[in-house]
Amino acid sequence: MAEIDSSGGGKKKGGKKRAKKISTKIDMTPMVDLAFLLITFFMLTTTFNKPQTMEINMPDKTDKKDEENMKVAASRTITVILAKDDVVYWYQGDNDPTTVKVQKTDFNEQTGIRKVIVDKSGEIMKSSGKDAVIIIKALDNSKYKNIVDMLDEMHITNQKIYAIVDVYDTDKEMLAVQYPGSI
Amino acid sequence: MPKVKVARKSVSLDMTAMCDMAFLLLTFFMLTTKFKPEEPIVVDTPSSVSEIKLPDTDVALISIGKDGRVFFGLEEQGTKLKMLEEMEKKYQVTFTDNEKNEFKLLPTFGTPIGGLKQILNMGTSERAKVNQPGIPCDSTNNELKDWLIFARAHNARPLKVAIKGDKDSNYEVVKRVIATLQEQNANRFNFVTNMEAKPSSLPK
Repeated sequence: MAEIDSSGGGKKKGGKKRAKKISTKIDMTPMVDLAFLLITFFMLTTTFNKPQTMEINMPDKTDKKDEENMKVAASRTITVILAKDDVVYWYQGDNDPTTVKVQKTDFNEQTGIRKVIVDKSGEIMKSSGKDAVIIIKALDNSKYKNIVDMLDEMHITNQKIYAIVDVYDTDKEMLAVQYPGSI
Repeated sequence: MPKVKVARKSVSLDMTAMCDMAFLLLTFFMLTTKFKPEEPIVVDTPSSVSEIKLPDTDVALISIGKDGRVFFGLEEQGTKLKMLEEMEKKYQVTFTDNEKNEFKLLPTFGTPIGGLKQILNMGTSERAKVNQPGIPCDSTNNELKDWLIFARAHNARPLKVAIKGDKDSNYEVVKRVIATLQEQNANRFNFVTNMEAKPSSLPK
């Protein structure tokens, strides 16, 4: 076909010595082996995905002006307290220990804190026409996972106003009275 | 009846295409990925629905282990060198040029400034075995704060602060770290998390 006839026309014996034609095809098996070995190596030792993050903006501690603006009607607030063993306590309104009944719930997707927030923020929206304010407080013995989950709930339920605040002593007292052993 | 002869086919197949593809993939992986940084502490991050990606550069990473040990990590080598020099002045310790070079290459560390010299003089494999005690960050001795101040002061571009906490670490430590950040007006920071699918419906 497309090969050059190298047999030399007619002269068969005693002709010039020709270099032996070597096939250009080489055995590529070892090369492929090596390539795949390296692929496997790179796949296992490197990180491909950049980690996800969650952006947190905390209020400026030194700026006192903001505090005035941040005062909101107590009825619009929902306070969520994260405690040990993934337990969540919550109450609506002011943290007056004489009137407030603290409720207990968990992180269950259907019946837990998500439902509470959806229901309550809906109610607040209906009655006042404004967004609910979620105050997240984490006790020292709660886990880091809890606060991330809680912030996640804020994302999932589309809450616009929420803040991470230190636990007040009154909150602790309330918990100690209403749920002994929770702190 | 003549025997039917099965045509003998050559077993060697043309591997050029396969080879091409293998090298293509190899090049792709070499160029798009970066090596896993050696981590002296295992951190199992919680998952969240957040979809923001952490940038590659200019990130100060504060890792918090399950047991509450705090580690500090930074990629920018120039910043790290300046940071170490400032720490030398503040804490009256001196590091040799060799130790400074080691520090530049160290991605993450978690020792008080007094123990840093010892860590820097170790070999990489030895260092991996040693249990670093974590950077002190309580109210009486807050070295993490100094590291952060110097890192933020000397980085050429604005530094992002990321907190990579273990999901089982106590909130108390996280609170201390956040308080440290707030003290120096770093009110914007990131929590490093894993990916999780966002639930499609809300409970009614």
